[in-house]
Amino acid sequence: MSLRLPPTLRLSPRHAPYALLAPFLLLFAVFGLFPLLFSLYLAFHSWEPTSGLGAMHWVGLDNFAFALQDEWFWKSMRNTAWLAIASGVPQHLVAIPLATFLHIAFKRWRNPMVGAYFLPYITSSVAIAILFSSLFSTDYGLINLAIATLREIPLLGQLMPQAAVDWLNDPDALKPAISTIVFWRYVGFNVVLYLAALQTIPPDLYEAATMDGASRVQQFFHITLPSLRPMIFFGVTLSVIGGLQLFEEPFILTGGKGGSDQAGMSAAVYLYRNAFDFNDFGAASAMSWLLFFIVAALTLLTNRAFRRKDD
Amino acid sequence: MRQWPRWMSAVALALGASLAGSGVAFAGTTLTVAAFPAIDEIVRSALPAWHALHPDVEVKIVSRELNDHHTAMTTALSTAKGLPDVMALEIGYLGRFAQGTGLEDLSQPPYNLSRERGRFTAYAFDQATTPSGAVLAVPTDIGPGTLLYRADLLAKAGLKETDLTASWDGYVAAGVKLKAATGAYLLAHARDMKDILIRTGLQPGEGLYFNKDSRPLVTSPRFVRAFELARAVRRQQLDAKVTAWSSDWTEGFKRGGIATQMSGAWLAGHLNSWLAPGTRGKWRAAQLPEGAFAAYGGTFFAMARHGDAARKPLAYEFIRFMTTNRAQQLAAFKAQDAFPALIDAQTDPFYDQPLPFLGGQAARRDWRAAAAHIRAFPVHKQDAFAREVIDTELDKVLDRDKDIAAALADAQRLLQQRARR
Repeated sequence: MSLRLPPTLRLSPRHAPYALLAPFLLLFAVFGLFPLLFSLYLAFHSWEPTSGLGAMHWVGLDNFAFALQDEWFWKSMRNTAWLAIASGVPQHLVAIPLATFLHIAFKRWRNPMVGAYFLPYITSSVAIAILFSSLFSTDYGLINLAIATLREIPLLGQLMPQAAVDWLNDPDALKPAISTIVFWRYVGFNVVLYLAALQTIPPDLYEAATMDGASRVQQFFHITLPSLRPMIFFGVTLSVIGGLQLFEEPFILTGGKGGSDQAGMSAAVYLYRNAFDFNDFGAASAMSWLLFFIVAALTLLTNRAFRRKDD
Repeated sequence: MRQWPRWMSAVALALGASLAGSGVAFAGTTLTVAAFPAIDEIVRSALPAWHALHPDVEVKIVSRELNDHHTAMTTALSTAKGLPDVMALEIGYLGRFAQGTGLEDLSQPPYNLSRERGRFTAYAFDQATTPSGAVLAVPTDIGPGTLLYRADLLAKAGLKETDLTASWDGYVAAGVKLKAATGAYLLAHARDMKDILIRTGLQPGEGLYFNKDSRPLVTSPRFVRAFELARAVRRQQLDAKVTAWSSDWTEGFKRGGIATQMSGAWLAGHLNSWLAPGTRGKWRAAQLPEGAFAAYGGTFFAMARHGDAARKPLAYEFIRFMTTNRAQQLAAFKAQDAFPALIDAQTDPFYDQPLPFLGGQAARRDWRAAAAHIRAFPVHKQDAFAREVIDTELDKVLDRDKDIAAALADAQRLLQQRARR
């Protein structure tokens, strides 16, 4: 026997979707749409926040003009580009072969293996910060310890840095350190994406190729890679967006400051600091919109690059 | 299982307490005081005395960590929602909040606080006063700068206190001897040297980084000398390259690896209680070298302009109780090393007591003298950014041997661009 509501309380099929969507829409309006519009409004105003909401003054495009002339904005954009490329490109170059390997080599143990690679993605950033701060420690860190060990090996030792690297304070070492963490954190996510795509490639393609005498490597380049193209597009798009919005890892690793010589100050960290450290919410909002336009433009370019020629 | 009844009784107690609390709230008024450690502790221990005067006024303390507290106050002021009746403000943030109009002007009636300027340490009161004469907060504790040094290490190197304090060049030269004789670093970070030197020799009307016309001052001789001395410290490897409050900094004090530290007088209290209690008796306090006087920190109480109007008189009464009451100011000094801003509280015999941590030195007298010499300088709304730029350029000079003139010129250009925003 099923429980039935009286007809007056029942949702008509016409209204049901709206009622069911309402909780999300409401939350999105409060925590998504409103801040978005508020920051757009702020981008055209100058505001001393402690004077209250009534203290906003219309300044037109001044904030945008300032942002475009600001040396540190461009410095932070260059940092962002550096970090996005150094952490993003290896993610895919490693994730595709790794996913292929997991796909071929593991049957029963595939899911636990994928889980292990996926774990960093769902680990709390605070735990990651503590872990890597100790790994990257100059005097006691495991990474410098490993380098010191490698230094003892003939030939290879020549390539190693000759003194302990001050990973978190030396501007030249900070960017590779941050990129390493970002790479480590997101490579598993990409593995999951590519593994899902690999499972949709019909096995008979490989069977036919094997019969024709194609090697594993040939199969990879002529079957696997072309079939992965849509997923590569998706993965690269996510990396472009995520890379340009990079905030958490550099923020935590540099104590919210951006590091020595602002070497780890990504655009997102800089605009955060502009608002909350330097009290310039107008410029920060303008910068966030400029960043949005750059993200949109690069996403469009990625789309162009991955579009099939016959489309 | 034995824990279970105890847990239950704890809940029952808490429930009872909150019910009783709400009962009192109906009877009288509740003041909300927002603060950070250790100001929250100071307020809490002041409550019995407050209740003796105002038995029907409850005080609710909202405590947050220093940065969280000031972020919460910024948000509360910007939206005029969730404002406490009384807020504690640290000097760095007071300067920032003073740029806006969110705080109540206490120079106006019914407060007329300007008339009482003479009751407070002058520089602290001036820090709370805007160029237009508005008084936005009442100073409660101050941080007169002092030079703490390890007397045992100095003796080992055959040095006297005056070798450190006669001049800045002498201070660095003494550092070389100290390092050679004891292996200890002169100071924690070369940046400390720059930080104190840019605070000395300001012309009247000059701010730290900008003059009153918002022109950046960072290419002036004051900055050149600060950078040169910081570089001299680094080149002769006299600094431990550790930042304040890091674990290496603490270790440096514990193991005698850092021989001197310029800071607020309150640091002696922290060293004694938790940073390096094992070094008791080995430290001494001197005035800063070359007759420099500077403030390191300081706390104020303020009220929001849009706070609850009905409770404002009582909130101000509470601020006065914390800041103009000799007994209360002294209690905070004794319990939390909060150096009184109230001059009347600075005449207590407590100041003449020897400090065992400083080998029996009656250093509070020197700190009182230092406080009277400190001058306030105008704050600029881009000070936080300017500090960041200067620290960055100093890093380049120290770590990458960038030319000082070029570094300061770069800083000047960046600040010029931002000065009028």
